[in-house]
Amino acid sequence: MEYLYAFLTGGAICVIGQIMMDATKLTAPRVLVILVTAGAVLQAFQLYQPLVDLAGAGARVPLPGFGYNLAKGAMEGAEEGLLQAVTGGVEAAAGGISAAIGWGYIISMVFNPRSVR
Amino acid sequence: MTREREAGRQEKSIRKKEVAKAYERYTEQFTPRPRYLMNSLKAFMVGGLICMAAMWLENRFTAAGLSQKEASAYVVIILIMLAQLLTGLGWFDTIGRFAGAGVIVPITGFANSMVAPALEYKKEGLVLGVGAKLFSVAGPVLVTGITLSVIIGIVYRFTGL
Repeated sequence: MEYLYAFLTGGAICVIGQIMMDATKLTAPRVLVILVTAGAVLQAFQLYQPLVDLAGAGARVPLPGFGYNLAKGAMEGAEEGLLQAVTGGVEAAAGGISAAIGWGYIISMVFNPRSVR
Repeated sequence: MTREREAGRQEKSIRKKEVAKAYERYTEQFTPRPRYLMNSLKAFMVGGLICMAAMWLENRFTAAGLSQKEASAYVVIILIMLAQLLTGLGWFDTIGRFAGAGVIVPITGFANSMVAPALEYKKEGLVLGVGAKLFSVAGPVLVTGITLSVIIGIVYRFTGL
């Protein structure tokens, strides 16, 4: 059952992104920024958590989940102290960010751009 | 004399704007309308499948004894590495042309948005080419995301919500 919810939720978030790109003249980077912002702001009011509880990876893997992760880390850090409130967000998302930068740099050095097929 | 020239220049710029507008209207006839339903369906299927696969992988990790937090971090890292490898191989574009937002909205799109411009500007060197262009799209995303998290953290700290 949780797989069905993951499929439906993840798919629905992608449809929102697709419609944003098709119906408006927003470019992909703007869509990414809007989705991350939406996830962080929703979680700031504890509104994204129910979706994560329901759909698991279906809500955590799309980009609003990245924003959710940042916001949640900050909120958990805030309970411990001021420094943790500032560092908590990045700490929670550090795995993904580090992998994306390190591995991305290696990939970019190893491969060469190729013509689009 | 100068006033006349100024007026002439203004008129010219107004005319230019009108021409641009007319051209925009003219090109609109030929721009294909996006196929909303088909695109959305493809995005839904592919995006849903990615999330379902991620869920399955996460469950395997938790079953192996990792905590929920660690498991989901590993899954995100694996998705990012896979997407960047496919970008390097040149396959991501092919998939992206079919799936649209289905691969852009999941974290795979964020990973792709780093490597794709970095590869394109590789000729400009490893510092200003690859190093800088890795962040041409990811930069704005990280800046807004991290700024929001800092604001949210501080507000929570002081209001104690």
